Amino acid sequence: MIRICVVGLGKMGLSHLSIIRVHPAAQLVGVCDLSKYFLDVLKKASGVATFTDYEKMFAETKPDAVIVAVPSRFHAGVVKAALKHRVHVFCEKPFCLDWGESAKLASEADGAGLVNQIGYHYRFVAAFQEMQKLIELGSIGKISHVLAEAYGPVVLHSKGSTWRTKKEEGGGCLYDYAAHPVNLLNWFFGMPDQVGETVLGQLFSSQTDDEVYSTFRYRNGLSAQLSVNWSDESCRKMTVKVSAWGTLGKICADRQECQVYLRDAANAPAGYGKGWTVRYTTELTQPVWFYLRGEEYSAQLDYFMRCIESGERKNLNSFSSAAETDRVLSMMVEDARSAPQVPRKADVGVNVAARV
Amino acid sequence: MDKLLFGDNQFFGINHMSEEKARAQAIRFQHTQAILDVLDAAYDEGIRTFMCTTHERVAQICDHVRKNPGRYSEFVFYPGMPYAHKYANAATEEGMLGMLKRLIPAEGILNALFRGGMSLAAKDIDGITTLLIDAEMKMFDGLNTPVIFLQNVVTDLLLGLGITDAFSIFAEHVRKRYGAEPGFITMNLPMLLDMLDKAGIDNPIVCSSINKVGFRMCGGIEAYDEAMRRRKFRAIAMSVLASGAIPPREAVEWVCARPNLQAIVFGASGASNIRSFRKMVDEYWNNKVPANAQLTSA
Repeated sequence: MIRICVVGLGKMGLSHLSIIRVHPAAQLVGVCDLSKYFLDVLKKASGVATFTDYEKMFAETKPDAVIVAVPSRFHAGVVKAALKHRVHVFCEKPFCLDWGESAKLASEADGAGLVNQIGYHYRFVAAFQEMQKLIELGSIGKISHVLAEAYGPVVLHSKGSTWRTKKEEGGGCLYDYAAHPVNLLNWFFGMPDQVGETVLGQLFSSQTDDEVYSTFRYRNGLSAQLSVNWSDESCRKMTVKVSAWGTLGKICADRQECQVYLRDAANAPAGYGKGWTVRYTTELTQPVWFYLRGEEYSAQLDYFMRCIESGERKNLNSFSSAAETDRVLSMMVEDARSAPQVPRKADVGVNVAARV
Repeated sequence: MDKLLFGDNQFFGINHMSEEKARAQAIRFQHTQAILDVLDAAYDEGIRTFMCTTHERVAQICDHVRKNPGRYSEFVFYPGMPYAHKYANAATEEGMLGMLKRLIPAEGILNALFRGGMSLAAKDIDGITTLLIDAEMKMFDGLNTPVIFLQNVVTDLLLGLGITDAFSIFAEHVRKRYGAEPGFITMNLPMLLDMLDKAGIDNPIVCSSINKVGFRMCGGIEAYDEAMRRRKFRAIAMSVLASGAIPPREAVEWVCARPNLQAIVFGASGASNIRSFRKMVDEYWNNKVPANAQLTSA
């Protein structure tokens, strides 16, 4: 059995706790949060040991592994403490707000031979795994352009404030939403060499961004466009879609399906032919032992547990891969900051009037 | 319980196979009249039970049924709560407490504050849980709701967390306050049955994905069959078509043969689909292992 504990019981922490508590290889030894209320409810209900200090929890429960789901700006502190105690770490995304810190923690964790994984669950969505496989096989030839999108209905009013709506705490559409398609692009194509034309726009939020647009360029000629908006009420929930155009065809994938168009049957992998082939989540997704909000959430934690057990240390979604995502996000912030300001409408009006 | 229950996923842009289909359905059903037309078609086909979420638009359906008691004298609602995205989005935007404040109805604010305040002080989930149930049930005032379901996101979250008490609190409140039977929707049937035993809920109504390809059946088809053969509960099958992955006839023939199956929930967007599904179920229903099989085989 793997002795595991959880730090942070917000939306993601509770979800991870629920999934891991019933994992066949897991023995839950402690949970840590600042809210005494939730801790007392959990302690009363399930008898788990509860803590408000994670250092104390690591020292007393001597876990093999930890799930870190505190607000993003606290990730680095908790992860550092976990590594000091030689604990395998699964941490929520984004990893650290300062990518340099992410890279440093990545090399520490790798050096210590500990499994280190970040919760970019879209890499465990079967349709995106299929897309990655097809790209790697070169099924659509030389890819020239990619469109990566994410939309959802998170901030629809100019009110409300949590850490997720504050930029300095790692909130906002960039860190919360855009991090996912950026992470998928890095997985498919590696890091971009240039980031340009980045827009971090505000629609309703006063302290962070609600929409994110950017153009990535790669040395091999590939370009990618990112289009993300978390104030889109027309979507029932978060919707991520990636479309890729190649010389031999096209792939569009989202959580439900992977649609593939191939110009020629000669290059087609098994199960694919000339023209459209659509593979649905119902056939692509592998069963999980417990389902909460989507197979991918269970699958990523199961993978984490299996890496610990098997000794696999070159795992998917490693700290170093997440550090690359953090780095691209910071390139986007820098690009948006240094972009020349377009005059606002009122200013344009004044100029026109002056000319007349 | 009727053997065929009508679901509402198709009305609210939920499709587990395709975002494009989901959007087409959302467009098609954006005016409530389009939903009412389909419900009328189902009702006229003899399908009297509407198993629905507590989506805000269901309130308009409730109003319509309340206003036309003659037309809908046998109309039955099986509400399933909570509508989880409402809570998840509110929690992201306003935090956990902000979410509770937003979703507790203003009308009962004194009562709410009293019970909510008490429950926070007593560190007890009872008060806050019953408060949320009452908030979700408001739209069904005066309507027939003989079974009230806990939606799978919440059922399975509580199951994973091991909060046994929450199940008995839900069951007791639903029975006492609404004279209804508690029902539970889950993607983890065998595991949930153990939990409901522990919570002391006898012969529970449990709705879960049951389909020929094993889609979202955690524990696997064999474990589900075994549970249906041996355990004392009333099984409702959902996702029988696995979002279209199985041809309807094949899907219905297979699901109707499951031991002790009590009912099937299905969704359809038009009269002809409703009729053909009902006919198929009528055709295969008698093939299933009879409801008292566990008693005779024991």
